[in-house]
Amino acid sequence: MAYSEKVIDHYENPRNVGSLPKDDVNVGTGLVGAPECGDVMKLQVKVNPATGVIDDAKFKTFGCGSAIASSSLATEWLKGKSVDEALAIKNTDIVNELSLPPVKIHCSVLAEDAIKAAIADYKKKQGTTMSAAEKAQPTVQTI
Amino acid sequence: MAIKLPIYMDYHATTPCDPRVVEAMLPYFTEHFGNAASRNHPFGWEAEEAVEKARKQVADLIGASPKEIVFTSGATESDNLAIKGVAAMYREKGNHIITCVTEHKAIIDTCKGLEKDGYRVTYLPVQKDGRINLDELKAAITDKTILISIMAANNEIGVIQPIAEIGAIAKEKGVLFHTDAVQMVGKVPFNVNDLKVDLASLSAHKMYGPKGVGALYVRRRNPRVLLAAIIDGGGHERGMRSGTLNVTGIVGFGKAAELCKQEMAADSERLRGLRDYLNDKLHKQLDELYINGSMEHRLPHNLNISFAYVEGESLLMGINDVAVSSGSACTSASLEPSYVLKALGAGDDLAHSSIRFGLGRWTTKEEVDYVADKLTAVVTKLRDMSPLYELAKEGVDLSTMVWQTEGH
Repeated sequence: MAYSEKVIDHYENPRNVGSLPKDDVNVGTGLVGAPECGDVMKLQVKVNPATGVIDDAKFKTFGCGSAIASSSLATEWLKGKSVDEALAIKNTDIVNELSLPPVKIHCSVLAEDAIKAAIADYKKKQGTTMSAAEKAQPTVQTI
Repeated sequence: MAIKLPIYMDYHATTPCDPRVVEAMLPYFTEHFGNAASRNHPFGWEAEEAVEKARKQVADLIGASPKEIVFTSGATESDNLAIKGVAAMYREKGNHIITCVTEHKAIIDTCKGLEKDGYRVTYLPVQKDGRINLDELKAAITDKTILISIMAANNEIGVIQPIAEIGAIAKEKGVLFHTDAVQMVGKVPFNVNDLKVDLASLSAHKMYGPKGVGALYVRRRNPRVLLAAIIDGGGHERGMRSGTLNVTGIVGFGKAAELCKQEMAADSERLRGLRDYLNDKLHKQLDELYINGSMEHRLPHNLNISFAYVEGESLLMGINDVAVSSGSACTSASLEPSYVLKALGAGDDLAHSSIRFGLGRWTTKEEVDYVADKLTAVVTKLRDMSPLYELAKEGVDLSTMVWQTEGH
């Protein structure tokens, strides 16, 4: 299948691959997907305690090129955002940016899940909980 | 020697025509264009003579007599004709067919279709090595069993089934035995009498012949196999397959069979050497590789390896100047990995991580070196990016982890 140029670029030059210290109280870790489904994403955010802004984000992904690109893009977008702004990132934004075909939409859904899971972990460490709205499953939209 | 990119290492999918095959075919497009069924002029006679020569060349390759070769459009048609033809012809004797879960879809889906028409089908499982258990086969046979259909060698994992043993069991029980021999014929010795095969599907384009032509071997004595035709018409091919013969394709098929017979021994020995070299080299350069299926009972030109912690499609993307295939199915709507690899019980994660290599007549050592080195670089890069590899290196047992899969 043909990949979009942006997917190929993220695959060949993935941004922010790596790991942050998962025991750090300012680091939130999300691990979503399953090996038997062919996709696992680990996404981490580091929130600046003084400003509440995400000043670092890292990912590692087991998955197809579109899954790698979705998580790579997500880390790019997360940096510099507040926690609330991060939660506003939708899978459809990723689909549009990377021109993902319908069979690859699940990759973007997984990336949104990973963001939500990382933020939830961060909030848990900070002693706050997510609202019900924030926890809601992302909606899958075909374009 | 400089190598030409992209490199083709997917010879189980198809093979290029041998130039000698093309050369043999060319006159039959133009000057010898006759219809092999035209009985009353030289154009027809020439075509018929060419078809009969090819019929003998194909028969010779598998130890059959020319009258036992029915030309078809390819192995999918041959599989359909064998199964549907036997099912319809022997309906009064019984309605039970035995096959296997790792068969080609041309067999599985044909059998599923028959189930809707009142036939009963047993799909035998395979063992971890990809072969069926002969005791399970024996136990599955009933007095209603009319056909056993088990492939000779698997198209994904190259595993060779115990064909001679299955043939002996079928003979003893008086059940017909069909084998989809597409991947095996022309690559390693295959003799219908030694193996006690009653029906065998062959394909030209898997053995350096053209696409669009195949054959079904149909035994004529001990026992004489009868088939109901699935394509009706002019009564070609002794009534078993109507339709004007694809003379050029058949000529090419015949030439390809002749070349395979002459060169199979040397080709397979050379390819076994290259395949083992590829396997050794990958194992020296990478850890956590898993070979899918038996290495002992395997086609000499096949290798199927799972690169743990790396997803197959992303691997293919990184080696885009090498044509191989993956058991991963991230592109399919079902997102289901290869049913053949799943049947081995290796786990879906390893199925997603698999690559099938098919070496062939024009594969060189330089190409194998290039592929092994490129794969090593890409697997290493993707493992550095893999959360599973990181967890495994931390000592986490991935099989006991609870994964968040809700909604996927």
